[in-house]
Amino acid sequence: MLKCRAAWRRLAPLARASSTLCRQNAKRAVLRNERRPDLNCSQMSTAPSGGGRENTLYVVLVGAACLGGGVYAYRTVLGDKQRYQERISEIASRTRRVEPEQQKVQTQTEPAAATEATKDVPEEAEEPQAVVEEERSPAPAETSAPAEAADLPLEAISDPPLRIDTPNQPVAPTEEIEPLSNTPEASEPSPAPVLESEVAPVAVDESISEVSVQLQDVPVVESEHSAAVVQETAVEPTPVVPVLPEHAPYLLIGGGTASFAAARSIRARDPRARVLIITDEQDLPYMRPPLSKELWFSDDPAVTETLRFKQWNGKERSIYFQPPSFYVDPVELTKVENGGVAVMTGKKVVHMDVRGNKVRLCDGSEITYDKCLIATGGIPRNMQVIERAGEEVTKRTTLFRKIDDFKSLEKISRTVKSITIIGGGFLGSELACALGRKSADVGLEVMQMFPEKGNMGKVLPEYLSNWTTEKVRREGVQVLTEALVKNVNFKEGKVEIKLKDGRVVKTDHIVAAVGLEPNVDLATSGGLEVDSDFGGYRVNAELQARSNIWVAGDAACFYDIKLGRRRVEHHDHAVVSGRLAGENMTGASKPYWHQSMFWSDLGPDVGYEAIGIVDSSLPTVGVFAKATAKDTPKAATEQSGTGIRSESETEAVAGKMSPTLSTPIPPVAKDDYGKGVIFYLRDNVVVGIILWNVFNRMPIARKIIKDGEQHADLNEVAKLFNIHED
Amino acid sequence: MSYCRQEGKDRIIFVTKEDHEAPSNAELVADDPDDPYEDHGLILPNGDINWNCPCLGGMASGPCGQQFKEAFSCFHYSKEEVKGADCVENFRGMQECMQKYPELYPQEEEAESPPTDSDPAPPSTSEDQLPPDSPSAS
Repeated sequence: MLKCRAAWRRLAPLARASSTLCRQNAKRAVLRNERRPDLNCSQMSTAPSGGGRENTLYVVLVGAACLGGGVYAYRTVLGDKQRYQERISEIASRTRRVEPEQQKVQTQTEPAAATEATKDVPEEAEEPQAVVEEERSPAPAETSAPAEAADLPLEAISDPPLRIDTPNQPVAPTEEIEPLSNTPEASEPSPAPVLESEVAPVAVDESISEVSVQLQDVPVVESEHSAAVVQETAVEPTPVVPVLPEHAPYLLIGGGTASFAAARSIRARDPRARVLIITDEQDLPYMRPPLSKELWFSDDPAVTETLRFKQWNGKERSIYFQPPSFYVDPVELTKVENGGVAVMTGKKVVHMDVRGNKVRLCDGSEITYDKCLIATGGIPRNMQVIERAGEEVTKRTTLFRKIDDFKSLEKISRTVKSITIIGGGFLGSELACALGRKSADVGLEVMQMFPEKGNMGKVLPEYLSNWTTEKVRREGVQVLTEALVKNVNFKEGKVEIKLKDGRVVKTDHIVAAVGLEPNVDLATSGGLEVDSDFGGYRVNAELQARSNIWVAGDAACFYDIKLGRRRVEHHDHAVVSGRLAGENMTGASKPYWHQSMFWSDLGPDVGYEAIGIVDSSLPTVGVFAKATAKDTPKAATEQSGTGIRSESETEAVAGKMSPTLSTPIPPVAKDDYGKGVIFYLRDNVVVGIILWNVFNRMPIARKIIKDGEQHADLNEVAKLFNIHED
Repeated sequence: MSYCRQEGKDRIIFVTKEDHEAPSNAELVADDPDDPYEDHGLILPNGDINWNCPCLGGMASGPCGQQFKEAFSCFHYSKEEVKGADCVENFRGMQECMQKYPELYPQEEEAESPPTDSDPAPPSTSEDQLPPDSPSAS
């Protein structure tokens, strides 16, 4: 139908033109005829004179042309329709054949066969990439090599020209089919060309129309082409038809930490729940903290591929929350008996229809939901001076957030001579320390600059911030404080950064760690409120934005009953809020109550855990003892056996910690803030606590904040932490 | 002896071990065990199993989640002398399921242990935690 429409659309102008021409000629002819009677008074003549005869001939010719055009159009349209019907019936018959195959764990590729459109990507299997042409000799029917990690089950359509159907009109059918979300065909474009994008530009041309006929038979594999490794599968080599879910009971937009935590929570509470995660990244859900810490300290040269990090005690784990086999193929989601979690990668949700309880993806397909979570996180902010500086500078700038950013920065750190990090917060300082550590080995100059007076200037009180800056310098980083960037240029092969106070820094590469812009793209279409103070979607204490819509993670500006409205950009908060959103999506109606914590390590000697509102503009009270060798992040993780500090709480069992005899050392003239506790006060109530090189005490800190009491003597409160012991 | 210093709005106190020897007189508010908002450990106040406990890792939510829940529930409510003796079928079902996903449930002697590899969970104050057993340990 739609093909007809498109065909008609194309032919319409032609028809119109020719019909206009016809009409005009006819009119002219008529007019001329009319006038003639006035002149000659002979009305009956059909071919009055030579001139009249020419006219008539002209009219006849044009009329014939119109007629011919009309007939052609009609026939093409009919032909389209017919081919379409054939295709549909073919596919329908294939769908029935497909299901038994999909149950088997496929680890081989399916040899080529018909069109791209009809491929399915079994989760654990590799992508079959085959295009079958018989007519075309250079038919690259390539079957993909075995298992690429099933990390790319689905990608957006990449090659419209690969679609077939009508000769000379390769593009049209794709477009038409896409909006057809209610038919199985609609799903073809999405999963199919996944593989296409891998295939080197395959120019599909007209001959493919014949393919539809061949589809009925066992497809022929043209594997004369070199690159392809044809693997004969035990499975019958019929292309599988993917049917993407049109409805997901639980729809999670965004595939990060918050989303994964919610998925887990939903599955735990609602048996047989079917959860669909849609992410525009290519990766399955993973955790971010190691990207700026542990992965840099790995000894493994292949770390950028494996993405596994070794924790201090030798235990290794991947940054991915779960291996691919944990997830269900989205195509299977509605059918699998006990439900599961499916991830659609490479898809962006562009529109949200709250009234209709559905979302629309970038490829036009629509998915309805019962409950929806928005966990879209954010994108790193860039600096205006860099954006305006031109391509030479922007291509030498990294905005660090994702796995790809880590991979590229890791590569860059091995090739360039100098890297400058702009930003003195968590990410900037952690990256600076990580790169600083490497700097000695690879001869890399690492610089860090920021407008504050010291590292973590917005978080730590000034004395501690200064102390931290010294530590960072000792990690091999040249720290420039109170540095405001005025402009950036590319000169003589170097990126030149000019500061407001006149200092000039020449470097090879810039890492901008200047904050995160929460992603609120769906606010307009979904009619969701955006917070003007903190950014992000405004939600209530139960993380709900509207009926059936929750928001969690970096993008959620929520009401914290104890501490007021806030938006938190930390890993543990993503986990806690994701879990809470999952609970509320399954009917719990609980407010944000369990305070999330965060942590940071600045090298192996300085680490801290914090909870609540930790803002350096608040008055603080710090209680310190001198650190012994036992008090380092290294020791803490060794004891608990995890690298992710928030997990160490879950796994610690009371009694594991053995008190040591730390020799009482009187405070020295130059204050050494080895370890201690810092309280952040608001109206004399403790709203935030930092545990400085003191570990495994977070539950006490959490309790103090939960109480919200006004304590007269904070030293007494500090005693609760036993800072002198391990 | 502790000493104290003020830097603008920030106060800094240095304390020795002796200073902190005396027990604290800071008062903490008593916890309400029935608080509906609080996170609970593995066992909820009413005796049910909290499947959302971070200590379980991904066990209740993975592909074998259903089997795990059945087996563990049976064990939990088992009144036999040897607890869980009547749940052999359930455990077998669970084990069969887990064998289909060797990547997720690496084959060990105790199929019950949750893999800590997959636990991104936040801290929880649970007393009855399953001893986490990491597949890649040992």
